[in-house]
Amino acid sequence: MNLVESRVTIIITYALLGIAAFIALFPIVLMLLNSLKTTPEIALSPLGMPEVAHWNNYANAWKGANFTRTFFNSAVLMFMTIALVLTTGSLTAYVLARKKIKSWKIVTVYLLATTTAPIQLFLFPLYFGFAKLGLINNIFAVSFVYCAIFSPFSIMLLRTYFLAVPKELEEAALVDGATPWQVFSKVYLPLVWPGILTVSLIVGLYTWNEFLIATTFLQGPESRTAVVSYFLLSGQYSRDWGDLMAGAMLVSTPIVVLFIFLQRRFIEGITGGSIKG
Amino acid sequence: MYRLFAIPTLIINVSIILLPALLTVVLAFYRWDGISNPTFIGFENFEKLWGDRIFWKALKNNVIWTALFLTFPIAIGLIAASLLMLVRRGRTFFQVVYFLPMIIATVITARIWQGMIYNPQSGIVAMLNRYGYDVRDPLSQTSTALYGVAVADLWHWWGFMAVIFFAAMRQVSQEQIESARIEGANYFQLMRWVMIPAIMPTIALMMVMTVIWSFLVFDFIFIMTQGGPAFTSEVLSTMAYRKAFYELGVGYAAATALVISLFGLTAAFFYIRLQNREDAE
Repeated sequence: MNLVESRVTIIITYALLGIAAFIALFPIVLMLLNSLKTTPEIALSPLGMPEVAHWNNYANAWKGANFTRTFFNSAVLMFMTIALVLTTGSLTAYVLARKKIKSWKIVTVYLLATTTAPIQLFLFPLYFGFAKLGLINNIFAVSFVYCAIFSPFSIMLLRTYFLAVPKELEEAALVDGATPWQVFSKVYLPLVWPGILTVSLIVGLYTWNEFLIATTFLQGPESRTAVVSYFLLSGQYSRDWGDLMAGAMLVSTPIVVLFIFLQRRFIEGITGGSIKG
Repeated sequence: MYRLFAIPTLIINVSIILLPALLTVVLAFYRWDGISNPTFIGFENFEKLWGDRIFWKALKNNVIWTALFLTFPIAIGLIAASLLMLVRRGRTFFQVVYFLPMIIATVITARIWQGMIYNPQSGIVAMLNRYGYDVRDPLSQTSTALYGVAVADLWHWWGFMAVIFFAAMRQVSQEQIESARIEGANYFQLMRWVMIPAIMPTIALMMVMTVIWSFLVFDFIFIMTQGGPAFTSEVLSTMAYRKAFYELGVGYAAATALVISLFGLTAAFFYIRLQNREDAE
């Protein structure tokens, strides 16, 4: 069914949607354009086209932010966090979805409450505790912090996938003598993989982009993430904006490409649980 | 047996979040520089907060921030979503474009706005100056710094609202929409009397979340202004961070964190009620 009949209304609607799209894209285009320009060119006009593509900016940014090392750190941190969230989270999501145990209500409320807790509420003792244990600059330890922070929403999202699996499958497997572990790993896991994929993407995205925890716990030049390294590079006084925009392109391009190919899963994952009705 | 399945999650969550959170509550009653032994000082940290001008400034900024984000992104999101309902082609394209700023790291977004838009040497501001418009870098002015940061945050945020509201609007029953159309409702009447009431639960949830997130806001302000100039864009979370790590006042920072949590907790109470109500249905 069409909501509108008139051609004029449709044209105005598209014009407004186009303006909104322009606003969303404008700063991103500025990043792209100026990543290929020299500083004098940028000072002349941030909107002008680069006279010649200055790919050198990318090499400078790569060196300046030590991306060889810091991209590797970000990737390791990302995969460890995803692995931790998936192994611990899918187990919990399964029992929360399928087992009727009295204390589950408390667990659910506790997990929901932690998603709304400010990081500052636990950051300071956690930092000094980690410092005491020698865990500062330890990427593996930080992946546990991310796991704690990203688990609750991952569990809530995965739970909906477990709920969608017909109960009869589990009952049949149990009648055939399967153990609880077998039911989980052989019956459920193969069926909830779309949820697993969605959660991996979102947790990966959040870990790659995360700033507050990373800048607090990973300060050493050898353990920094790409985002923190970029932050430090761009915080210096001499500002070559061409290099800085090239660095910005380097950090965000992998994410943007992945998003464009898998946008449905990203959007579903990030907005999941927000639509009520 | 099944209880065991939840154990790893709970161990990690309790040791990273719950225990340190409880320690923060205790620390709020101590003076501690993070190195030597903490000294118990009762309510002194809270009394100091009460008399701290920067604390009140930060709290006021959090309230302004909440007000900004309760109105602009939700209004823009609702308008964009309702416009998307009107078109057939390009829905996916517009959604992807609106959502794109959301997935770019805050550090990157902040630097683009600082360098390419606000910067008086290299940004759009510089260009406008050359054309004779008297605009200044909002981040360097005490009266506008907070709003300068808010605009950058808003830019990356409204698309998220638009996508959520659009998804909610698509679930509104076709019959309701059709009967309203048959009775001759125009676009505005349709939105006012059918769409918005139908997606009210989603709007309510987003408003509650907005309040929570507004009291947690940290990244954009810390990266773009560090709370400056002269603390005019300071919020509670950047203030707590500065106290703990730059001024060695961990107990004072803990007390500030408790105040943030108090606002968060009130909103969280409504959040959990909304979430559970849906589960019960």
